[in-house]
Amino acid sequence: MSFDINDYYSKLNSGDVLLAYKGSITSDLISNVLEVVEAKLDDLSEQAKIRKKVYNVLVESLQNLFHHNDELPDKLHDSFDPKFGVLVVTRVENNVYRISTGNFINSNKIKFLKDKIDKINSLSEEELKDMYKFILNHQKLSAKGGGGLGLVDIARKTGNKLEYSFDNYNNEYYFFNLEVIVS
Amino acid sequence: MEAITFEGTAKTPTVKFDASNGVFEIKGRSIPENSIEFYKPLVDWLDEYAKGPLDLTQVNVQLEYFNTSSSKCILDVFKKLENIHKGKSEVIINWYYEEDDEDMLEAGEDYESIIRVPFKMIEIVE
Repeated sequence: MSFDINDYYSKLNSGDVLLAYKGSITSDLISNVLEVVEAKLDDLSEQAKIRKKVYNVLVESLQNLFHHNDELPDKLHDSFDPKFGVLVVTRVENNVYRISTGNFINSNKIKFLKDKIDKINSLSEEELKDMYKFILNHQKLSAKGGGGLGLVDIARKTGNKLEYSFDNYNNEYYFFNLEVIVS
Repeated sequence: MEAITFEGTAKTPTVKFDASNGVFEIKGRSIPENSIEFYKPLVDWLDEYAKGPLDLTQVNVQLEYFNTSSSKCILDVFKKLENIHKGKSEVIINWYYEEDDEDMLEAGEDYESIIRVPFKMIEIVE
Protein backbone atom coordinates (compact mmCIF):
# COMPACT_ATOMS: atom_id res chain seq x y z
CA MET A 1 0.00 0.00 0.00
CA SER A 2 1.37 3.40 -0.84
CA PHE A 3 1.96 6.05 1.73
CA ASP A 4 -1.10 8.05 2.82
CA ILE A 5 -0.19 11.49 4.03
CA ASN A 6 -3.51 12.15 5.76
CA ASP A 7 -3.29 8.91 7.63
CA TYR A 8 0.25 9.74 8.68
CA TYR A 9 -0.72 13.22 9.78
CA SER A 10 -3.72 12.18 11.83
CA LYS A 11 -1.64 9.56 13.64
CA LEU A 12 0.95 12.16 14.55
CA ASN A 13 -1.66 14.70 15.50
CA SER A 14 -2.88 12.91 18.59
CA GLY A 15 -2.11 13.15 22.29
CA ASP A 16 -1.02 16.38 23.93
CA VAL A 17 -0.20 18.32 20.76
CA LEU A 18 1.30 21.78 21.16
CA LEU A 19 1.28 22.48 17.48
CA ALA A 20 0.57 20.58 14.29
CA TYR A 21 1.09 21.94 10.79
CA LYS A 22 1.16 20.65 7.26
CA GLY A 23 1.78 22.87 4.28
CA SER A 24 4.36 25.25 2.86
CA ILE A 25 7.49 25.75 4.94
CA THR A 26 8.37 29.40 4.46
CA SER A 27 10.47 31.83 6.45
CA ASP A 28 7.35 33.51 7.84
CA LEU A 29 5.83 30.17 8.80
CA ILE A 30 8.99 29.33 10.74
CA SER A 31 8.77 32.65 12.60
CA ASN A 32 5.12 32.05 13.47
CA VAL A 33 5.67 28.50 14.65
CA LEU A 34 8.58 29.53 16.86
CA GLU A 35 6.56 32.33 18.39
CA VAL A 36 3.57 30.10 19.13
CA VAL A 37 5.58 27.23 20.58
CA GLU A 38 7.74 29.55 22.67
CA ALA A 39 4.63 31.14 24.19
CA LYS A 40 3.12 27.73 24.95
CA LEU A 41 6.31 26.47 26.53
CA ASP A 42 6.37 29.55 28.74
CA ASP A 43 2.82 28.82 29.88
CA LEU A 44 3.63 25.22 30.72
CA SER A 45 6.37 26.27 33.16
CA GLU A 46 8.74 23.51 32.12
CA GLN A 47 12.37 23.66 33.19
CA ALA A 48 14.27 26.42 31.38
CA LYS A 49 16.75 23.85 30.16
CA ILE A 50 14.05 21.78 28.42
CA ARG A 51 12.37 24.89 26.98
CA LYS A 52 15.63 25.94 25.40
CA LYS A 53 16.37 22.49 24.03
CA VAL A 54 12.89 22.21 22.51
CA TYR A 55 13.29 25.64 20.94
CA ASN A 56 16.71 24.82 19.56
CA VAL A 57 15.64 21.48 18.11
CA LEU A 58 12.58 23.13 16.62
CA VAL A 59 14.69 25.79 14.92
CA GLU A 60 16.97 23.18 13.37
CA SER A 61 14.10 20.87 12.39
CA LEU A 62 12.20 23.67 10.67
CA GLN A 63 15.27 24.92 8.89
CA ASN A 64 16.07 21.40 7.70
CA LEU A 65 12.55 21.28 6.25
CA PHE A 66 13.04 24.72 4.71
CA HIS A 67 16.39 23.90 3.09
CA HIS A 68 16.05 20.25 2.15
CA ASN A 69 12.55 19.32 1.09
CA ASP A 70 12.16 18.17 -2.49
CA GLU A 71 9.32 19.39 -4.68
CA LEU A 72 7.07 16.74 -6.13
CA PRO A 73 6.80 16.68 -9.92
CA ASP A 74 3.88 18.66 -11.34
CA LYS A 75 1.61 15.73 -12.04
CA LEU A 76 1.57 14.84 -8.34
CA HIS A 77 1.62 18.37 -7.18
CA ASP A 78 -2.06 19.26 -7.11
CA SER A 79 -2.77 18.19 -3.58
CA PHE A 80 0.37 19.63 -2.00
CA ASP A 81 1.52 23.16 -1.34
CA PRO A 82 4.97 24.09 -2.63
CA LYS A 83 7.79 23.32 -0.18
CA PHE A 84 5.45 20.95 1.57
CA GLY A 85 6.38 19.80 5.03
CA VAL A 86 4.81 18.45 8.20
CA LEU A 87 5.62 19.46 11.74
CA VAL A 88 4.07 18.18 14.96
CA VAL A 89 5.22 19.07 18.46
CA THR A 90 3.83 16.81 21.17
CA ARG A 91 4.21 16.91 24.92
CA VAL A 92 4.81 13.30 25.89
CA GLU A 93 4.93 14.00 29.62
CA ASN A 94 6.38 16.62 31.95
CA ASN A 95 9.65 17.87 30.48
CA VAL A 96 9.55 15.37 27.60
CA TYR A 97 8.66 16.48 24.08
CA ARG A 98 8.51 14.82 20.70
CA ILE A 99 9.20 16.82 17.56
CA SER A 100 8.15 15.08 14.35
CA THR A 101 8.89 16.40 10.90
CA GLY A 102 8.14 15.01 7.47
CA ASN A 103 8.95 15.95 3.91
CA PHE A 104 9.23 14.49 0.44
CA ILE A 105 12.61 13.36 -0.70
CA ASN A 106 13.91 12.10 -4.01
CA SER A 107 14.97 8.45 -3.77
CA ASN A 108 18.48 9.31 -4.94
CA LYS A 109 19.12 11.18 -1.67
CA ILE A 110 17.95 8.45 0.67
CA LYS A 111 21.22 6.60 0.96
CA PHE A 112 23.16 9.74 1.83
CA LEU A 113 20.65 10.79 4.47
CA LYS A 114 20.23 7.31 5.93
CA ASP A 115 24.00 6.83 6.19
CA LYS A 116 24.33 10.20 7.85
CA ILE A 117 21.66 9.51 10.48
CA ASP A 118 22.94 5.98 11.16
CA LYS A 119 26.41 7.40 11.62
CA ILE A 120 25.14 10.08 14.02
CA ASN A 121 23.16 7.48 15.98
CA SER A 122 26.24 5.29 16.35
CA LEU A 123 28.36 7.99 17.98
CA SER A 124 28.98 8.67 21.66
CA GLU A 125 28.50 12.12 23.16
CA GLU A 126 32.21 12.86 22.85
CA GLU A 127 32.35 11.63 19.23
CA LEU A 128 29.33 13.78 18.33
CA LYS A 129 31.10 16.80 19.76
CA ASP A 130 34.17 16.03 17.63
CA MET A 131 32.02 15.54 14.53
CA TYR A 132 30.25 18.85 15.17
CA LYS A 133 33.53 20.69 15.57
CA PHE A 134 35.01 19.07 12.50
CA ILE A 135 32.07 20.03 10.26
CA LEU A 136 31.94 23.50 11.81
CA ASN A 137 35.59 24.12 11.06
CA HIS A 138 35.99 22.35 7.72
CA GLN A 139 32.82 22.55 5.66
CA LYS A 140 31.62 25.61 3.84
CA LEU A 141 28.03 26.79 4.10
CA SER A 142 25.93 25.96 1.07
CA ALA A 143 24.57 28.81 -1.02
CA LYS A 144 21.24 28.30 0.73
CA GLY A 145 22.86 28.72 4.10
CA GLY A 146 22.64 25.12 5.23
CA GLY A 147 25.66 23.84 7.05
CA GLY A 148 25.25 20.09 7.31
CA LEU A 149 25.22 20.52 11.08
CA GLY A 150 21.51 20.48 11.88
CA LEU A 151 21.09 16.77 12.60
CA VAL A 152 24.38 16.55 14.48
CA ASP A 153 23.33 19.49 16.62
CA ILE A 154 19.91 17.94 17.31
CA ALA A 155 21.49 14.65 18.38
CA ARG A 156 24.00 16.44 20.55
CA LYS A 157 21.50 18.69 22.29
CA THR A 158 18.94 15.99 22.97
CA GLY A 159 21.30 13.13 23.76
CA ASN A 160 18.72 10.86 22.11
CA LYS A 161 18.82 8.75 18.96
CA LEU A 162 17.15 10.11 15.84
CA GLU A 163 14.25 7.90 14.74
CA TYR A 164 13.32 7.94 11.09
CA SER A 165 11.52 6.18 8.29
CA PHE A 166 11.29 6.48 4.53
CA ASP A 167 7.89 5.60 3.10
CA ASN A 168 7.48 5.11 -0.60
CA TYR A 169 5.09 7.62 -2.14
CA ASN A 170 5.66 6.71 -5.76
CA ASN A 171 8.65 5.24 -7.59
CA GLU A 172 10.91 8.19 -7.32
CA TYR A 173 9.63 9.96 -4.24
CA TYR A 174 9.62 8.95 -0.63
CA PHE A 175 8.28 10.60 2.47
CA PHE A 176 10.96 11.10 5.08
CA ASN A 177 9.75 11.12 8.66
CA LEU A 178 12.03 12.13 11.51
CA GLU A 179 11.19 11.92 15.20
CA VAL A 180 13.22 13.51 17.92
CA ILE A 181 12.63 13.19 21.62
CA VAL A 182 13.74 16.08 23.80
CA SER A 183 14.05 15.11 27.43
CA MET B 1 36.13 54.28 10.92
CA GLU B 2 32.38 54.22 11.37
CA ALA B 3 30.79 51.75 13.80
CA ILE B 4 28.58 49.05 12.34
CA THR B 5 25.25 48.58 14.10
CA PHE B 6 22.18 46.42 13.54
CA GLU B 7 18.95 46.51 15.49
CA GLY B 8 17.93 43.08 16.70
CA THR B 9 14.95 41.25 15.19
CA ALA B 10 13.14 38.01 16.13
CA LYS B 11 15.72 36.10 14.10
CA THR B 12 18.84 38.26 14.14
CA PRO B 13 20.92 39.73 16.96
CA THR B 14 21.62 43.29 17.98
CA VAL B 15 25.11 44.17 16.81
CA LYS B 16 27.40 47.05 17.59
CA PHE B 17 31.04 46.98 16.55
CA ASP B 18 32.63 50.27 17.56
CA ALA B 19 36.11 50.92 16.22
CA SER B 20 36.53 54.03 18.39
CA ASN B 21 36.61 52.11 21.70
CA GLY B 22 37.29 48.58 20.46
CA VAL B 23 34.13 47.18 22.05
CA PHE B 24 32.18 44.78 19.84
CA GLU B 25 28.81 43.37 20.87
CA ILE B 26 26.57 40.64 19.52
CA LYS B 27 23.45 40.09 21.58
CA GLY B 28 20.12 38.28 21.26
CA ARG B 29 19.07 35.55 18.82
CA SER B 30 20.75 34.47 15.67
CA ILE B 31 18.45 32.06 13.85
CA PRO B 32 18.01 33.34 10.27
CA GLU B 33 17.48 30.76 7.50
CA ASN B 34 20.37 32.24 5.60
CA SER B 35 22.98 33.62 7.95
CA ILE B 36 25.54 34.55 5.28
CA GLU B 37 23.41 37.51 4.25
CA PHE B 38 23.43 38.78 7.81
CA TYR B 39 27.08 38.17 8.71
CA LYS B 40 28.79 39.14 5.47
CA PRO B 41 28.80 42.90 6.29
CA LEU B 42 30.30 42.17 9.72
CA VAL B 43 33.09 40.05 8.26
CA ASP B 44 33.82 42.77 5.67
CA TRP B 45 33.83 45.42 8.39
CA LEU B 46 36.34 43.38 10.40
CA ASP B 47 38.63 43.20 7.37
CA GLU B 48 38.73 47.00 7.39
CA TYR B 49 39.17 47.21 11.16
CA ALA B 50 42.06 44.71 10.97
CA LYS B 51 44.08 47.26 8.99
CA GLY B 52 44.41 49.49 12.09
CA PRO B 53 43.00 47.81 15.19
CA LEU B 54 43.17 49.31 18.69
CA ASP B 55 45.63 47.82 21.20
CA LEU B 56 42.75 46.03 22.89
CA THR B 57 39.55 44.74 21.29
CA GLN B 58 36.87 43.37 23.60
CA VAL B 59 34.18 41.23 22.07
CA ASN B 60 31.01 40.55 24.04
CA VAL B 61 28.91 37.69 22.72
CA GLN B 62 25.62 37.23 24.53
CA LEU B 63 23.39 34.95 22.52
CA GLU B 64 20.22 33.39 23.76
CA TYR B 65 19.88 31.09 20.75
CA PHE B 66 21.83 30.55 17.60
CA ASN B 67 21.22 28.08 14.80
CA THR B 68 23.79 25.91 13.04
CA SER B 69 23.74 28.15 9.99
CA SER B 70 24.87 31.04 12.21
CA SER B 71 27.44 28.91 13.99
CA LYS B 72 29.65 28.85 10.89
CA CYS B 73 29.32 32.59 10.34
CA ILE B 74 30.18 33.26 13.98
CA LEU B 75 33.27 31.12 13.45
CA ASP B 76 34.16 33.30 10.43
CA VAL B 77 33.85 36.38 12.63
CA PHE B 78 36.08 34.76 15.26
CA LYS B 79 38.65 33.81 12.63
CA LYS B 80 38.94 37.46 11.66
CA LEU B 81 39.45 38.31 15.33
CA GLU B 82 42.07 35.59 15.60
CA ASN B 83 44.03 37.23 12.80
CA ILE B 84 43.91 40.55 14.62
CA HIS B 85 45.06 38.85 17.81
CA LYS B 86 47.98 37.25 15.97
CA GLY B 87 49.29 40.74 15.23
CA LYS B 88 50.31 43.31 17.83
CA SER B 89 46.79 43.89 19.14
CA GLU B 90 45.09 42.00 21.89
CA VAL B 91 41.62 40.50 21.52
CA ILE B 92 39.43 39.07 24.26
CA ILE B 93 36.15 37.28 23.66
CA ASN B 94 33.67 37.40 26.54
CA TRP B 95 31.19 34.57 26.02
CA TYR B 96 28.03 35.07 28.09
CA TYR B 97 25.62 32.27 28.90
CA GLU B 98 22.55 32.12 31.08
CA GLU B 99 22.60 30.28 34.36
CA ASP B 100 22.32 26.50 33.79
CA ASP B 101 22.51 26.85 30.02
CA GLU B 102 25.12 24.14 29.58
CA ASP B 103 24.53 23.95 25.84
CA MET B 104 25.50 27.59 25.41
CA LEU B 105 28.55 27.19 27.65
CA GLU B 106 29.59 24.14 25.64
CA ALA B 107 29.11 26.06 22.39
CA GLY B 108 31.51 28.69 23.70
CA GLU B 109 34.01 26.02 24.67
CA ASP B 110 33.78 24.54 21.17
CA TYR B 111 34.84 27.90 19.73
CA GLU B 112 37.52 28.33 22.36
CA SER B 113 39.07 25.03 21.30
CA ILE B 114 39.15 26.06 17.62
CA ILE B 115 40.08 29.75 17.82
CA ARG B 116 43.35 30.99 19.28
CA VAL B 117 41.97 33.98 21.12
CA PRO B 118 41.51 34.14 24.91
CA PHE B 119 37.90 33.43 25.90
CA LYS B 120 36.26 34.34 29.14
CA MET B 121 33.12 32.36 29.98
CA ILE B 122 30.71 34.50 31.95
CA GLU B 123 27.60 33.10 33.57
CA ILE B 124 24.67 35.51 33.77
CA VAL B 125 23.03 34.99 37.15
CA GLU B 126 19.55 36.44 37.50
